[in-house]
Amino acid sequence: MIELKGLTKVFDTGKARLTAVDHVDLRVPAGEIFGIIGYSGAGKSTLIRLLNGLEKPSEGSVEINGQNITAISGPKLRKARQKVSMIFQHFNLLWSRTVRENIEFPLEIAGVGKEERRKRSAELIELVGLEGRETAYPAQLSGGQKQRVGIARALANDPEVLLCDEATSALDPQTTDAILDLLVDINKRLGLTIVLITHEMHVIRKICHRVAVMEDGRVVELGEVLHVFQHPKENITKRFVAQVTETEDSAETVRHLREQYPEGQLVKLIFVGDQAEQPILTQLIREYQVEVNIVHGNISHTQRGAYGTLILQLKGTADEIAKALAFLGAHDVQTEVMGNA
Amino acid sequence: MLETLFPNVDWPAMWEATLETIYMTAVSTLFTFIIGLVLGVVLFLTAPNQLWANKVVNWLSGAFVNIFRSIPFIILIILLIPFTKFLIGSIRGPNAALPALIIGAAPFYARMVLIALKEIDKGVIEAARSMGATTWTIIRKVLLPESKPALISGITVTAIALVGYTAMAGIIGAGGLGTLAFLDGFQRSREDVTLVSTILILVIVFAVQFVGDFLTSRSDKR
Repeated sequence: MIELKGLTKVFDTGKARLTAVDHVDLRVPAGEIFGIIGYSGAGKSTLIRLLNGLEKPSEGSVEINGQNITAISGPKLRKARQKVSMIFQHFNLLWSRTVRENIEFPLEIAGVGKEERRKRSAELIELVGLEGRETAYPAQLSGGQKQRVGIARALANDPEVLLCDEATSALDPQTTDAILDLLVDINKRLGLTIVLITHEMHVIRKICHRVAVMEDGRVVELGEVLHVFQHPKENITKRFVAQVTETEDSAETVRHLREQYPEGQLVKLIFVGDQAEQPILTQLIREYQVEVNIVHGNISHTQRGAYGTLILQLKGTADEIAKALAFLGAHDVQTEVMGNA
Repeated sequence: MLETLFPNVDWPAMWEATLETIYMTAVSTLFTFIIGLVLGVVLFLTAPNQLWANKVVNWLSGAFVNIFRSIPFIILIILLIPFTKFLIGSIRGPNAALPALIIGAAPFYARMVLIALKEIDKGVIEAARSMGATTWTIIRKVLLPESKPALISGITVTAIALVGYTAMAGIIGAGGLGTLAFLDGFQRSREDVTLVSTILILVIVFAVQFVGDFLTSRSDKR
């Protein structure tokens, strides 16, 4: 569906040369929600703009649905852009137009007739849940509503790919979740391929199937979201994962927990995928002579399963605790003894 | 009543002069708007990193605007006498004032258009490009509508400046309230004529300002 080969973008500012995107190779199959995460300056903004030809690459190619975006220009490129639409961090709506007129704008560009435009915009307004706000101006809308207009506008010409440029970074957490749910819904209903860039691991965790981690213009880690959460390799990835899985690993937290729970043994359990949903703890308590006290817990739901950690205080004989840990191991739960009090 | 207060005022002549002033202001404002808009858009789009980035055109249009904006109007009228003679066939009367009025005001307005266009969020232009809009569509459907309030308030300020310019052009015989105030009022020491002319000019200015403010606020949906 989308294929990037050796994609490179160098900005030549006269004095300095800045390699924003450095030989990136990626393949995104149709229907996937693909996330690109990185800190600001990692090159992700440039990368996403290379996908619809807003930036021209210095080297390499972008192919979308068999069409080489980097090789075309003029009317052909403009036509292609209608099928690769984009939503933005700051929404970029025309304040001089109403909600409906904003959504009809791409249709005007595509040369769709007035009646057809009206029909299509009504459908889209319903799809994104903005009924009753058709004649409002962007200034009268909340951030979440503005992004809904942005999404409806992006979907107007039935695109094959939706590019999201930090689409939720300007929104509060609750609105972010609502917008992310809408994106998942659109992905499922319309089979749209979504490429999003963000600096929030929460966004990746919540909606992406696969993730690429970018640093200094290069993709340093790539894989299934769940796998990356489970086994982050690079330090930068670990930092991003820590954004959503809390910091129970830090020496400070461990020391603090030990002080608070001086008895028994502290054990950290790591659940991945299906186990997170099985009643393993119930079985553990029923079958072994241990007292279980939940000290800290955190479960993240990703598009392809859950990922979580749980810190337990186990009280009982050493023998029973050992048996209990063996039971957990047998159920593919990773355990890590955090030491005795 | 009016005869006792303003004994020297010839009302039909005053009325005719008012119409001439309105005529000169209206026609020159119209052409200033069109030429200034085109110049302003060219200045904006040919700037570095813009859609038509072009150093030569940008430099030339910038130089044109800066030169004509800098020449004092009264000198510009004199400099343009041969041009006016060629274009209009005469250097007297309201029509003869038009070339100088337009050439003096259009660069002034072009600068205002440029400022108005620079205020537009770059993201909105990028969004239009990402939808596959042509530059022409971007001008028509993004740049102009999104800067409309600033374009209207700019042309209001320019029109008011033009009312003042017509009065100055009046001194070299363009007609209108300026000529009347200068030749009939000042040179013949008829203070009442000067006073009435001034009041009428003020009325025109206030009317322009009122209409301009109204249209500006109505077009602003921010």
